[in-house]
Amino acid sequence: MTTMNMVKALNSALDVMMERDPNVLTFGEDVGYFGGVFRVTEGLQARYGRERCFDTPIAEGGIVAAAIGMGAHGLRPVVEIQFADYIYPAFDQIVSEAARLRYRSAGQFNAPITIRSPYGGGIFGGQVHSQSPEGLFTHVAGLKTVVPSNPYDAKGLLISAIEDDDPVIFLEPKRLYNGPFDGHHDRAVRAWAGRAEAEVPDGYYRVPLGKAAIVRAGEAVTVLAYGTMVHVAMAAAEEAQIDAEIIDLRTLIPLDIETIEASVRRTGRCVIVHEATRTSGFGAELIALVQEHCFYHLEAPIERVTGWDTPYPHAFEWEYFPGPARVIQALRRVMGDAT
Amino acid sequence: MTDGGNDLPEPVARAPGETALPSLAGLRIPEPQARPGAAPDFSGLVLPHAGAARRPAVDDHPGLFRELAYDLIRVLDEEGTAVGPWTPALDAATLTGALTHMLMTRAYDNRMYRAQRAGKTSFYLKSTGEEAVSVGAALALETADMCFPTYRQQGLLISRGYPLVDMMCQIYSNARDPLKGRQMPVMYSSREHGFFSISGNLGTQFSQAVGWAMACAYKRENHIAAAWIGDGATAEGDFHYALTMAAVYHAPVILNIVNNQWAISSFQGIAGGLETTFAARGIGVGLPALRVDGNDLLAVYAATAWAAERARRNLGGTLIEMVTYRREGHSTSDDPSRYRPVDEPDVWPLGDPIERLKRHLVRLGVWDDARHAAAVATAEVYVKQASGQAESFGTLGSDQRPSVSSMFDDVYAEMPWHLRKQRQDLGI
Repeated sequence: MTTMNMVKALNSALDVMMERDPNVLTFGEDVGYFGGVFRVTEGLQARYGRERCFDTPIAEGGIVAAAIGMGAHGLRPVVEIQFADYIYPAFDQIVSEAARLRYRSAGQFNAPITIRSPYGGGIFGGQVHSQSPEGLFTHVAGLKTVVPSNPYDAKGLLISAIEDDDPVIFLEPKRLYNGPFDGHHDRAVRAWAGRAEAEVPDGYYRVPLGKAAIVRAGEAVTVLAYGTMVHVAMAAAEEAQIDAEIIDLRTLIPLDIETIEASVRRTGRCVIVHEATRTSGFGAELIALVQEHCFYHLEAPIERVTGWDTPYPHAFEWEYFPGPARVIQALRRVMGDAT
Repeated sequence: MTDGGNDLPEPVARAPGETALPSLAGLRIPEPQARPGAAPDFSGLVLPHAGAARRPAVDDHPGLFRELAYDLIRVLDEEGTAVGPWTPALDAATLTGALTHMLMTRAYDNRMYRAQRAGKTSFYLKSTGEEAVSVGAALALETADMCFPTYRQQGLLISRGYPLVDMMCQIYSNARDPLKGRQMPVMYSSREHGFFSISGNLGTQFSQAVGWAMACAYKRENHIAAAWIGDGATAEGDFHYALTMAAVYHAPVILNIVNNQWAISSFQGIAGGLETTFAARGIGVGLPALRVDGNDLLAVYAATAWAAERARRNLGGTLIEMVTYRREGHSTSDDPSRYRPVDEPDVWPLGDPIERLKRHLVRLGVWDDARHAAAVATAEVYVKQASGQAESFGTLGSDQRPSVSSMFDDVYAEMPWHLRKQRQDLGI
């Protein structure tokens, strides 16, 4: 066990997999010698050589296309898209190619690739360093979408993603890289050290894709969250003193519907929290699924707390970012007279 | 001026809308030399003599032979004699084999075109006039070299011995369709035959081929990758990603541009073909760039073999423009008489690839009209027999098709719960 922040944990996952499997390699913009703008690939080029960890031209579509070709030929490339906001030039390669390759070739070819990308807000990144595009990928048949919320999960999920035979979009909440963040931007920055989730095994372990975690058990209301919003939801529940059950989804596709269903059937109430814009966001899918699976157990309308349907505004970071105050309001609304 | 330090001229007072000079602005929208009703005109295509282009050593620096991007590598002259330094050492049996594959490809195209017209499938797309591009490349490559084709390289599969019946079953989406009814007609895939699954999106696979080639090098294989793209799709970003990455990483890849003059109804000038050659796109990134007579099977073979040797010697990738002509419509869904002169295919200066190779073989004394007629007939019979067999497994819309429940397979390696539920919702 070593205390790791999320950056170190992700680096450790890559290190472990590159050590174990010579077919694992990683590349992207500034990923090689420099080790990535967030340092996730630091030291890997020195340890494994330039052919296994290298810089690429600024061509996200080319990066993903090369990964698809490599993956089809037996490698397990892990590519970094420097910010999720820059992933759109690769959208065609992800949606039309990686996602459908196994299907359209009737299993002759597949793309066992992992596309890592820092995502989400809370760092004053403005429109092009703050977006949460997960809903664009969960809408696509053939992709898996993963969002870790802490160092332990980040390492275990990334190892699972690399070993997975399907293309995985692995979104790393950049505001969580160096410490947990509960949305209280006016308070002191916290570090991961001292928290149980930051105690990370040095070697190989997996956190399975498709399995959610109940990070806070409760009876009054179920909160569905992922990434940074897990921490915001935790703060909201504590501050409002509501006995919320908070589920960290960890993987959006495939989704752990069993854990969600069991919880909402017990609590009868549900609040969904995500940073991404609201309309057609993944929260809409979650609401649909919860009402399909739990309608007769619901005692209040399902609430969702999300980013607003605007581009991510630089000056209005904290009005945009769904912080604990908005989550508390939603919790109180669904609790109604029950609180 | 207030502080005297900035002597800007005073603005000239003008009436609203008034400008100092008449504007010279305006867009140039390229137009082909001839549209329907006009006489076809290929006078803009410069035709160097066969044998005139020099053949650099494969380890020459690409900067030493940039002129080959503007030239036209040709081996067969007007009389059908192979001339010049690019003349390959191919024996008569190999050449007649290549001719047979071209004839088979043409017979197959004709048959499947008619099958579409007869309502047996939804769509078909011929490669008539471009057979040498695929058959010549297949001759120069090894089956373990992965090809990333467009939808007009059926000649690769035929050359590599992929069964015609399997190709047809794909076209018919029938019970024996190797792709289980999931892809539009002609989007074949056969890993075993080194033929990568055709996407149907344009350009996307050009850059994937570079990734495959990088994996070949990474794994210390001697295999390489080859890719094809149309003149029209060279404008896509994927084309430029492929060139840049192939050049940067010295990927062992052959990047072919099939300049068949037309992208559905848009002539090659709309993709930038009037400004410079398509091969010249390679010069800017430092790739060796060859411009080749794509209707000359010997030239296609020679250029591909040159690029393959270069790649296998770890000297990097090559960009090749194959200059050819799309004799038919883009597909069964368009009528070329609506956008180009109907007699344009007949005056295409590089002629017909089958006729040109035939003339060469006759000149070598190993072929004649009778043998040619027999070979054409044999190909047609072979295709007809395959067609009968394929149709016995069903045509599009018949009851004989892959099991509907397989529709949910292969989306993921393991079916997740939501797809299992959707399959149940469908009642299967």
